[in-house]
Amino acid sequence: MTRSRSATLFAFALLLPATIYILFIVAYPLVDTFTLSFTDASLRRTVKWVGWVNYQKIFGGDFATVIIRTFVWTFFSVGLKMIIGTCGAVLLNALVPGRALFRVLTLPPWIVPMAIGIFMWGWMYNGQFGMISGILQNVGLLDRPLAWLAYGGTAFGATILTDVWIGVPLVTLYLLAAIQSIPKDLYEAAWTDGAGRFYRFRRITLPLIVPALVTMSMLSLIATFNSFDIIWILTQGGPNGQTTTMIIDTYKTAIGSYKYGEGAARAVMICLFLSVFCFFYFRVISKISSGEAK
Amino acid sequence: MSSGRPMIDRYRWYEYVAIYVGMFLFLGFVLSPFIEGFLVSLKPLTHLFSSPYRFWPEDGSFDAYFTMWEHVPLLGRYIFNSLLISSLATIAVLILVVPAAYAFARFEFPGSGPLLGAFLAVNMFSGAVLLIPLYRLMRSMGLLNTYFAMIVPGVAFLIPTAIWLLRTYLLRIPRELDEAAWVDGAGRLYILRRIVLPIAAPGILVVALATFIGAYAQQFIFALTFNSKSEFMPLAVGLFAFFGKERVVWNELMAASFVGIAPVMIGFIFLQRYLVAGLTAGAVKQ
Repeated sequence: MTRSRSATLFAFALLLPATIYILFIVAYPLVDTFTLSFTDASLRRTVKWVGWVNYQKIFGGDFATVIIRTFVWTFFSVGLKMIIGTCGAVLLNALVPGRALFRVLTLPPWIVPMAIGIFMWGWMYNGQFGMISGILQNVGLLDRPLAWLAYGGTAFGATILTDVWIGVPLVTLYLLAAIQSIPKDLYEAAWTDGAGRFYRFRRITLPLIVPALVTMSMLSLIATFNSFDIIWILTQGGPNGQTTTMIIDTYKTAIGSYKYGEGAARAVMICLFLSVFCFFYFRVISKISSGEAK
Repeated sequence: MSSGRPMIDRYRWYEYVAIYVGMFLFLGFVLSPFIEGFLVSLKPLTHLFSSPYRFWPEDGSFDAYFTMWEHVPLLGRYIFNSLLISSLATIAVLILVVPAAYAFARFEFPGSGPLLGAFLAVNMFSGAVLLIPLYRLMRSMGLLNTYFAMIVPGVAFLIPTAIWLLRTYLLRIPRELDEAAWVDGAGRLYILRRIVLPIAAPGILVVALATFIGAYAQQFIFALTFNSKSEFMPLAVGLFAFFGKERVVWNELMAASFVGIAPVMIGFIFLQRYLVAGLTAGAVKQ
């Protein structure tokens, strides 16, 4: 029943609505971005073809800094998410009383609207009266209040930390699932041979969750690269542009200054990077699944 | 041995200590903004803006929960908008994704691999990258400043994950079931409606929940850019106006946030079991 011509037609009919929707809402805007990037589109009614001017403008500025900053931001955020996520997953996998409750308590940052969580962090980073500055003063690590979002370096770190916080629940949950899918007899065999808990983690758990870690890193990389809400709400790319990533830069240009054409050119640059990530993502996925088949 | 637990899962006392300390740190990181946010909502502003920092609200009260309605008169409306937008988006996603996931799970047709890849590739774009053309699209369709401007673009970005989760679930339903019905002369649509959908109901529920949360948690940028009418604003954007003020009334902002997320948190408490089980099941398959 699954290979006849009528089956193929039926399958296409089933796929048609979703495909049309994606073509209309994702594929067409994508093409439109490329077209717009060669025009001077703005609030004005007339749109002129300007060739490579927008791209020349971008590279005339400090775009290279923005790209590097975006990569550094993404690298630290994804790295921390994976490290904290792995620790969390191992802890949540331990057979101790309260485990089920702990698992549920991991999820709130993922469930509440991102912006609400970010407001709460906005308070935590508050200089005069916020929690982080306050507690660090109380224990004597800081001798005066520190407004985390007011300085480039600390704002950069603060936005990363908030991004990690939002990403950790899902990463932890997926890695926990990966750990649970490891056959128990592997651990029992190692245990019978006298392998300690840490040794078993290093030699069994870690190697076997590498595929899940790689998959999650790739997905997380793409999401983090696209991250908008956190930086926009906390710093709007400031202070002094020091938390301006490519997405924030594009938004400021296009929506803030109504330079649609130039903004589109910046969006095209993001798309180029994203397609490279995507290429690697699919390669890694197919490698992992063919490795499993062997 | 007497505890009935295999020796391998027994911990020594110091291992228990290490696990609980680790758990305390981990959950501390995850939950501290909520704890601090809640305590802030109990503190009077004068206490809030005083040094040195005190964690515990000695003179705490629920005053902010009553006074906030003056500053955020539309809070009820925002909560309703958030739920409405997420619900409509979830319904739209299910209508599009259930047939598509079934096609990917059950039929071998030319180009199925690349097409699935193309759907998943949508995941790599966020709304932010395509914001400019989407804005133009919404404008030319006359949808700016309506609920649809916040629903229509959001749905597209929820489709890939939903297809992936549901396809994984459908792959685990034995083919023999629909094949037997086929041999008995049942039509394809009949098989989908009467055999596959009822069996897949738990999977569809999980996908619906995950989609709802996705739509609920991430409704910011479209709502911020495509809508400027306060009566249509979802919670996040409605409160953002409050957050962006020169002098933020923190205790009321936190109180409004907690009241705002309460409906979904209560729902989550009842449904968390399905969610955790369903999402982790989808992950293992990868």
